[in-house]
Amino acid sequence: MLRASWKPQAAILNSPMLTVGSRTRIACFGGVYNNYLALEVAIYDAKSRGVDGLYCLGDMGAFGPHPDRVFPLLLENNVTCVQGNYDDSIGNELDNCQCGYTDPRDNYFAQISYDYTLANTSVENRRFLRELPKEIRFELGPLNVLLCHGSPRKTNEFLWESTTSTHFLSSLAREYAADAIVTTHTGIKWRRDLPDSRHFVNVGVLGRPENDGQTNVWYTILGHSNDAGFHAEFIPIQYDHQRLAKEMQSERLPSEFVETVKAGWWTTCLEILPSKERRRGKY
Amino acid sequence: MSRSRSPSIELSHLDHLWFQISGTLCNLTCHHCFISCSPKNDSFGYLSLLDVKEKLEESVVLGVKEYYFTGGEPFLNRDMVPILVETLRYGPATVLTNGTVLKDEWLETLREAEHGSVYSLEFRVSIDGFSTVTNDPIRGEGTFDRAMEGVVNLVEFGFLPIITAARTWPDEDDQHVVGQFVKTLREAGYERPRLKLLPTLKLGAEEQRTSGYVAGERITHEMMDDFDHSQLVCEHSRIVTDRGVHVCPILIESPDSLLGQTLHESTTPFEMKHGACFTCYQYGAICSNASSLVETTSRNS
Repeated sequence: MLRASWKPQAAILNSPMLTVGSRTRIACFGGVYNNYLALEVAIYDAKSRGVDGLYCLGDMGAFGPHPDRVFPLLLENNVTCVQGNYDDSIGNELDNCQCGYTDPRDNYFAQISYDYTLANTSVENRRFLRELPKEIRFELGPLNVLLCHGSPRKTNEFLWESTTSTHFLSSLAREYAADAIVTTHTGIKWRRDLPDSRHFVNVGVLGRPENDGQTNVWYTILGHSNDAGFHAEFIPIQYDHQRLAKEMQSERLPSEFVETVKAGWWTTCLEILPSKERRRGKY
Repeated sequence: MSRSRSPSIELSHLDHLWFQISGTLCNLTCHHCFISCSPKNDSFGYLSLLDVKEKLEESVVLGVKEYYFTGGEPFLNRDMVPILVETLRYGPATVLTNGTVLKDEWLETLREAEHGSVYSLEFRVSIDGFSTVTNDPIRGEGTFDRAMEGVVNLVEFGFLPIITAARTWPDEDDQHVVGQFVKTLREAGYERPRLKLLPTLKLGAEEQRTSGYVAGERITHEMMDDFDHSQLVCEHSRIVTDRGVHVCPILIESPDSLLGQTLHESTTPFEMKHGACFTCYQYGAICSNASSLVETTSRNS
């Protein structure tokens, strides 16, 4: 049952960085983008797989309908959250989402979803978003893990697989003293093992399909075992995307967004894609 | 204590490493070129594959994120294809070309190299108008058709070139010009064109074509307050020429832009006292790949 209002967790208030205890197997959810239906399924799925922690890497809002339906799911299931650029914007009631787009058409659509999300996010939930930490650190087995939204150095930095060199990621890992850096923001999952037994993972997003013509979305389970070392498993999530599409239509969100939910191809936010990632899509 | 006349900027991290790969040699003589490239301008020379390899290796330690190649016309350099193939072993590569000298065998090799790499190979093709009428007076007779042929060829080889146009028209015409650009490119067979608009830089040939910078067009200390420094190229980039390592691709002809011979020597702060610094400040991120298409609400318009 969804609750209309609630109090945020005290542990994550007023903290730019949150440190939690040791873990062995955790679930990481990327941008939710108001897709509470996918979030609900993902939480259930992750719990059924026996994880010992649920994390969300930020951008609760955008794109989808009914922003306030996301927050009770996060609270009731003890999902520990990082602040994304969208969360910073909504929490502080800024003029735009700080998504980092450069193209006027991309910004046009981003502004529509931002205005809708801001207008439909309660005061309590805005406060929750405002007070989220920018990063979370914990131990996964022997590894120091850093969770953040875009990159450790900049919340809205796009780290795409095809435009991010391995030695750049290594320099980030060294500079931020992390054995594994875990991000979201781009909307497309990927991972790379780095020299010196370090790792980089983009966990994907729950908010919309990843531009592959499929309607499912993705989250990631991270773990460490003595036998296999660090592992990252990308988990596909099927949810009631037809219902989400209907609700988006009812809320008069752009038909371009609805098309993405129903067909699995991105129709907006295309100009920020590097050529390799762009070629994989339809538009 | 009085402040210096212009603010300095620190290199936060060397994200983008540029190579002036063909020096100032170009098969075209564009009237707006900010370093006056031409077939006869050899004030900067070619970089060899060995030169590039040396800097690529040095760049690993510094954690460079992306590599860019410019000129002149990069593909006049006979090492250009092997240089790009080698670079894709290190990271993503972008090459800025006028699109008029590309050969099928080169594109075949580069397609295979990109296919075998995790990294993107981006082509930025300069075209300064959507027709011969608008482009050719700037870039030279026949260059529009030749560049469009290059674009179509790139698309046929599976690339998605970023068409780069210097804004030689009034700002209020942007919408019309970009719309016409997109229409022209689609009619030529480029179904999902990517387009980047650049400001002109009042240096080199452009200084003669229009005007140079006036004294007031400079960055001041006050302007840097609350400004996102990452919008400035010199905050995250350096460029290698046959003379050494310079602060940015725009200022290589200014003596103070030469910072050292190695990348390590060239991480020093830079005083932003040039008119071009003001343009970079005004428009932001002018050298990166972020594209800008057209302000419209329909994908297919």
